[in-house]
Amino acid sequence: MSFAGSTSSEVDYNYAYLDEQTKRMIRRALLKAIAIPGYQVPFGSREMPLARGWGTGGIQITAAIIGPTDTLKVIDQGADDTTNAVSIRRFFERTAQVATTEVTSDATIIQTRHRIPEEPLTARHILVYQVPQPEPLRKLEPSERETRNMHAWAEYGLMHVRLYESIARFGQVTTTYDYPVHVNGRHVMAPSPIPKFDNPKMHNADALQLFGAGREKRIYAIPPHTTVKSLDFDDHPFTVQTWDKPCGLCGATDSYLDEVIIDDAGGNLFVCSDSHHCETRRASGHRGTMLGEAVGAKLAGDTAQGGRST
Amino acid sequence: MVRPDSSNTITPGFKDPVLQSQAAFRIVMAALAEPGVWHAMPGDVVPPPGLSRPAALALLTLADFETPVWLPPAVRTGPAGAWLRFHCNCPLAEQPSAAAFAVIDGSDPAMPPLSAFPIGEDSFPDRAATVLVTCKARDGGAKAILSGPGIKTVRTVAPAGLPPDFWRGAATNALAYPLGLDLFLVDATHIMGLPRSTRIEGAF
Repeated sequence: MSFAGSTSSEVDYNYAYLDEQTKRMIRRALLKAIAIPGYQVPFGSREMPLARGWGTGGIQITAAIIGPTDTLKVIDQGADDTTNAVSIRRFFERTAQVATTEVTSDATIIQTRHRIPEEPLTARHILVYQVPQPEPLRKLEPSERETRNMHAWAEYGLMHVRLYESIARFGQVTTTYDYPVHVNGRHVMAPSPIPKFDNPKMHNADALQLFGAGREKRIYAIPPHTTVKSLDFDDHPFTVQTWDKPCGLCGATDSYLDEVIIDDAGGNLFVCSDSHHCETRRASGHRGTMLGEAVGAKLAGDTAQGGRST
Repeated sequence: MVRPDSSNTITPGFKDPVLQSQAAFRIVMAALAEPGVWHAMPGDVVPPPGLSRPAALALLTLADFETPVWLPPAVRTGPAGAWLRFHCNCPLAEQPSAAAFAVIDGSDPAMPPLSAFPIGEDSFPDRAATVLVTCKARDGGAKAILSGPGIKTVRTVAPAGLPPDFWRGAATNALAYPLGLDLFLVDATHIMGLPRSTRIEGAF
């Protein structure tokens, strides 16, 4: 079937690549996932034109929900301009004729690998996560039958033991990403490998959050305004990462920073992982202490002077 | 050769199945993600007798050979049954316990109770039916106060033309969480989600 507006001579795929029966199957799984927040719904994950582990779960969800009036943003570790993000964005430009953007507030669907944008999401957004391992208990219990029973009976003691052992050995919970959360007071869920810095953004969010694990064939969801609690103990409350220095480029003190090694002598630079957030701040005149140096070394464009990071 | 008479002529479904089903799904998904909010379901699809437009659009979008659909017996054997068989290729379940989707008419006292439909299993709570309940109007009935995922504080709804024991049944359904039916209320033009995760209070 060709789709409306197709003028190319390429092989005509269905709109948004997936066939309609597959979309129906994914859509039914999405509805059950929304009805049971945090529960992993099995689905018939399809072969996609990229290897499993590169975002096929997220792509299949996006393909099942996207329409011509949507505006798509794709980020990979917070950045709009990395290979995976660019490829996925181009995939949907070609197969679904959607507008794409890097501007968080312009997007209606944001497909993400391992970050939640810094700019607060609103009810207009749907956030689609790419998930490598949807089962939070998998490292503790390899048997799918056992983990399924543990979810069925809300038998999550093992997870608390894992966190306790981490505290007993290191004095703190050493998990810094994919930090387990308790959703709607019932299911323990893997938030995908987002830094634990982003966990609080999932709680009572205004946006609908959908999670797709293509290789592991699971879909799950968090509807808006759903309680998402990071697991912790009364005497060891959950905390997020902090940094001693602000972002070297834009001076932000409230965003998640990546360390970038900038020379052979161990020099480093901490920059916002959310590239759109950082560029927006620089464009509105925020200057980090290392911006001049980074522009000089061609590590960053000076957005305020009309440039763009490369 | 039997010439079909007008009573069993199958009327058209989607003109553009790809984009119309995508648009309908986004409304259905938004409705389930925000329980208690009525969402308009526009479209030029004329539903067959026995189905409201939102129910017809939702089934065109979601039902296929994998999903047995339960319809009230009179609707199943009428034009709506033939319409769904033709457009969706879905089996029509005779027993509510076999249904993946069901449509029940709120004003018909002969409808099966909600507890007749599958609510899933401990290990697979997703294997539960989705039930579309047809009501007369979006307002004017008994008040129900909703809370839970998708609802910031509370939402009050009062759809008219539901069975007298509907809200009691729906509240009991929510107590079985994470098992339970996922409900949609539909009138002639709008759809409202009522997933099992929604807690229901009221004087019933």
